[in-house]
Amino acid sequence: MSTSEAERRLLPRGTLRGPTPYVIAIMTFAMMIVAAAGLALASAAGLVAGAVEHRYVLQLPDGGEGRLAAAVRAARGVDGVTGVRPVPEQEMRRTLERWLGPGGLGEELPVPALVHLDLAPGGDSGRIGAALGRAVPQARFIAEQATVEPLLRSLNALQWLSLALVLLMGAATSAAVVLAARGALDTHRSTIEIMHGIGATDEQIARLFQRKIALDAAVGALAGGMAAALALLVIGGGGAALAGELAGGPPLRALDLILLAVMPVAAVVLATIVARSAVLGALRKAP
Amino acid sequence: MARRRARARTRRRWKGRPLSAIVEFDSVGLRYGTGAEVLRDLDFRLASGGFYFLTGPSGAGKTSLLQLLYLARRPTRGRIRLFGQELSDAPREALPAFRRRIGVVFQDFRLIRHLSAFDNVALPLRIAGRSEAEVEGSVREMLAWVGLADRASARPPTLSGGEQQRVAIARAVISQPELLVADEPTGNVDAEMAARLLHLFTALNRLGTTVLVATHDVGLIARTAGAQLMRLEKGAMVDPTGILRNPPVESVQAR
Ligand SMILES: Nc1ncnc2c1ncn2[C@@H]1O[C@H](COP(=O)(O)OP(=O)(O)OP(=O)(O)O)[C@@H](O)[C@H]1O
Ligand SMILES: [Mg+2]
Repeated sequence: MSTSEAERRLLPRGTLRGPTPYVIAIMTFAMMIVAAAGLALASAAGLVAGAVEHRYVLQLPDGGEGRLAAAVRAARGVDGVTGVRPVPEQEMRRTLERWLGPGGLGEELPVPALVHLDLAPGGDSGRIGAALGRAVPQARFIAEQATVEPLLRSLNALQWLSLALVLLMGAATSAAVVLAARGALDTHRSTIEIMHGIGATDEQIARLFQRKIALDAAVGALAGGMAAALALLVIGGGGAALAGELAGGPPLRALDLILLAVMPVAAVVLATIVARSAVLGALRKAP
Repeated sequence: MARRRARARTRRRWKGRPLSAIVEFDSVGLRYGTGAEVLRDLDFRLASGGFYFLTGPSGAGKTSLLQLLYLARRPTRGRIRLFGQELSDAPREALPAFRRRIGVVFQDFRLIRHLSAFDNVALPLRIAGRSEAEVEGSVREMLAWVGLADRASARPPTLSGGEQQRVAIARAVISQPELLVADEPTGNVDAEMAARLLHLFTALNRLGTTVLVATHDVGLIARTAGAQLMRLEKGAMVDPTGILRNPPVESVQAR
């Protein structure tokens, strides 16, 4: 029998008897789900932003009498414009009639025109906008990014919110571990006094509790982590296809998955460090 | 003023201090919380290798004095030196190393309930980091000495009071401490076992361990040749001859 085995028996067995494994399991589960949501939001926001990054719209109040064709020609001639896709006049009319009712667009009303533009990555949109302004004076040059800006802003806020939630749950876990450590110290007060009396150092005693709480935390984190992984598979399995369609990419990237997988480990490390400092702090009050 | 005179007196006394003083109390006082002092003006020295009995009525402060000695409490006043080191205000981290040099039999045994007698006795050796092979041999031998070889795997709640006491004694002496402090070590055993335990203490004492036993058992005191008697009354040492302040170390060493 090794010394560490003998040491381990100094505190009675009783893993899973206290609330620590359950608290850690629930916290790990919740933290992983919230973190996954935050990461998915981040990647969705990235995809949306990426998709519209180089896209601009040229708006003409009146596209009639060849003005649309002229604008398209002019846009093609501007340096840095890589794609020009005019919305056909028929389609514009159909869209407008949906709003104004059939025949709402009389012959005398001008039909506005839209031209989608792709700019070369890294192109100077200000300079290109100015060039377009000179070539097609009556047009407005609008970045599509500006139209999705409010969406991106709220996605960004949600990401910060989920980060804050993860941190808060980490703090709550630490508080629960401190309580558990204090409870364990109380339960084993006489053992601790005896060990101190016989010449055990604080370090030797702290190691016992640290090991016990680390074990409890590991059991909890494993259970919580597995439950979270299962939930994410079920939710994400359906969601991934949808998200993939909507945003053109998977909701969680490899790096995100690694980050999520690290969270249960981080929970165990956090619990162990917190337990250790709580125990050492309490032991320092002995004579 | 009085304090300064006391300190000067102390210095004079310590100048001619025999090197072999293992315990030195200098104007030591102890109070619990804001209560009155339960120990007052303790001035005494224990010679290394000596055998001492501490007696006194119940509540006189024997256990409190022993707690100061085995470093479970700090004095509220005065100075305590152990093994030649000033420990009254030593940092906490320094104390475990000194506690390992002291064997303690607690008045209330203080065995760990969920550990077997074997594991309880093995505790000091394991804390000191001895190898498990070494632990095994020493603990078996020690348990045989106190007549508990066949109870090695029993847990304290299943042992009689006397058996628990013997486990506590085995644990206190297993690492051959330089100083053995025992608080009423024979309170729960019959006369025959008391004699046997006293024999264990004197054997250890002959090997060089300084022994201090707090007891009401006058028979025990009478049976121990060469032992010194200390008496506490209401927290003060009764030392009419002054022998405790200046113990005749030579006679102890010659023994
Ligand atoms: N933890 C404590 N808190 C407050 N007072 C205490 C404490 N321990 C002891 N006392 C008081 O200190 C005094 C001395 O107690 P102590 O236990 O040292 O006596 P004792 O000589 O060992 O008695 P006994 O022979 O009954 O064991 C008593 O008046 C006791 O009430
Ligand atoms: Mg007592």
